[in-house]
Amino acid sequence: MTVGMQMRFSALKILAEGLTGNKGWTAHWRDPQPKPEYDIVIIGGGGHGLSCAHYLAKEHGITNVAVLEKGYLGGGNVGRNTTIVRANYGLSGNSEFYSHSLKLWEGLEQDLNYNVMLSQRGIINLCHSDGQRDAFIRRGNAMVNQGDDAIFLTPDALQKMLPFLDYEQSRFPIFGGLYHPRGGTARHDAVAWGYARGASSRGVDLIQQCEVTGIDVSEGKVTGVQTTRGPIRAKKVAMMGAGRSSQLAEMAGMRLPVESHVLQAFVTEGLKPCIDHVISYGAGHFYISQSDKGGLVFGGDLDMYASYAARGNLPMVEHVAEAGMTLMPMIGKAKMLRSWGGIMDMSSDGSPIIDRTHIDGLHVSCGWCYGGFKAVPAGGHVMAHLLATGQHHPAAAKFRLDRFRSGRGIMDEEATGSQHNLH
Amino acid sequence: MRIECPICGSRDRREFYYQGAAVAVARPAPDAGAEAWDDYVHLRDNPAGWHDELWHHEAGCGAWVVVTRNLTTHEIRDVQLAQSVKEASA
Ligand SMILES: Cc1cc2nc3c(=O)[nH]c(=O)nc-3n(C[C@H](O)[C@H](O)[C@H](O)COP(=O)(O)OP(=O)(O)OC[C@H]3O[C@@H](n4cnc5c(N)ncnc54)[C@H](O)[C@@H]3O)c2cc1C
Ligand SMILES: [Zn+2]
Repeated sequence: MTVGMQMRFSALKILAEGLTGNKGWTAHWRDPQPKPEYDIVIIGGGGHGLSCAHYLAKEHGITNVAVLEKGYLGGGNVGRNTTIVRANYGLSGNSEFYSHSLKLWEGLEQDLNYNVMLSQRGIINLCHSDGQRDAFIRRGNAMVNQGDDAIFLTPDALQKMLPFLDYEQSRFPIFGGLYHPRGGTARHDAVAWGYARGASSRGVDLIQQCEVTGIDVSEGKVTGVQTTRGPIRAKKVAMMGAGRSSQLAEMAGMRLPVESHVLQAFVTEGLKPCIDHVISYGAGHFYISQSDKGGLVFGGDLDMYASYAARGNLPMVEHVAEAGMTLMPMIGKAKMLRSWGGIMDMSSDGSPIIDRTHIDGLHVSCGWCYGGFKAVPAGGHVMAHLLATGQHHPAAAKFRLDRFRSGRGIMDEEATGSQHNLH
Repeated sequence: MRIECPICGSRDRREFYYQGAAVAVARPAPDAGAEAWDDYVHLRDNPAGWHDELWHHEAGCGAWVVVTRNLTTHEIRDVQLAQSVKEASA
């Protein structure tokens, strides 16, 4: 079902609008009043909530759906991240999921008729010791086994691609790099907007300024939610609140294996093109890419304490700047313009959760840590599959809520299992 | 952020290692059962407000302290030696 007139974007349309004063563009999504009841209510209008709504409508024909967002669409982490998209995980559970996501990314612009500016510029993770090189080669083999791409680059090969790195740093010389050519970046806001448009045009109600304040459960079954815009009944509810997941779970009397932490990011003034890839430093917390506007976008590690402040402290700013200067002294000439923080739902094994809960009809997607942007297409896709069919999608079959208790954790990316802050 | 160590006084946050929610001051008995242990090891309240947490004064006196900190404002209300908190709750 298509609701209202859906404008199609094309080069011809841009040309025509350009010649007629750009007066023909219309709103990308509707702004409806909440209805008293929906088949499915999605809590959280971030990347995952909007993606889920799009696939519910498009792939399963389920359109009696509302996405409830307490702020504005895309105002959460989906609009605060450093936009890296990759499928370079090492463990089964994650490998198939991020591989699925990267394939969805590759067809996303056609699927959405929306320019999300996916740029597969390649990601290079640098290594600085023999042990790290072995681990990276092993990870690269795992990626290739999964059907994705990975190439190990020697320092000679690297020097041709990235002449501006300091290869001879006395403490942490560069031993090589794991190159993932299909990885890259995307325009984060456009991803949220594209999915919002895809869902809205098929009949999903996107309701902003609507905070969920309670989850109604009766006889072990979810029956709806309480919101700042009144109660809404629902047959199924999906909690997709990312950093705020624990507050949502608490409304249903649940505790999650999650602790919320702040992660910062930084951007410089716009520069001429100088960094063509996404590059990460393996001997300190630093990664960088250059946005299409020219700003160097970079970040590091969590501030390493629980926080809902969406802003960080100076020690991590200092650490990130030091690591960046060590790896590529040239960035010392650029001026840092802005820094910001986002709230990360850190799970104890560093991997996400996409599952039902013990309450009938109540579902949860959380534990996206600092890597949930690249997961937006698959995260929404598999949650839509679970909501629509009652079956776990094969690409996300291991992201179960009970895996911590049963000892089947998926400890990729240096997570530790029992501590929520050591990723 | 500065933390008032009960032994050393006010110190920079960088002298401390953050461990997480202060669940360890109330560790379940070895035979408390799977449910209690799952709860203790993995599940967290994770409140957007006051939070009791364990920090280790690693680059100072080496004490473990329970810091009561607001996760939304980062304001610190109280710092106690973990030892005292454990004894008081015993
Ligand atoms: C600085 C930084 C850098 C990052 N870099 C990367 C990266 O390079 N690559 C990558 O893959 N990932 C990255 N991430 C992680 C990624 O941004 C997140 O994991 C992901 O965006 C989380 O999913 P989401 O988009 O659905 O979350 P969000 O956009 O946060 O969506 C959740 C929404 O739920 C809403 N909500 C919460 N509670 C309620 C309620 N009670 N009622 C109604 N609505 C509610 C919130 O307002 C929010 O809009 C980064 C994160 C940060 C902060
Ligand atoms: Zn001390």
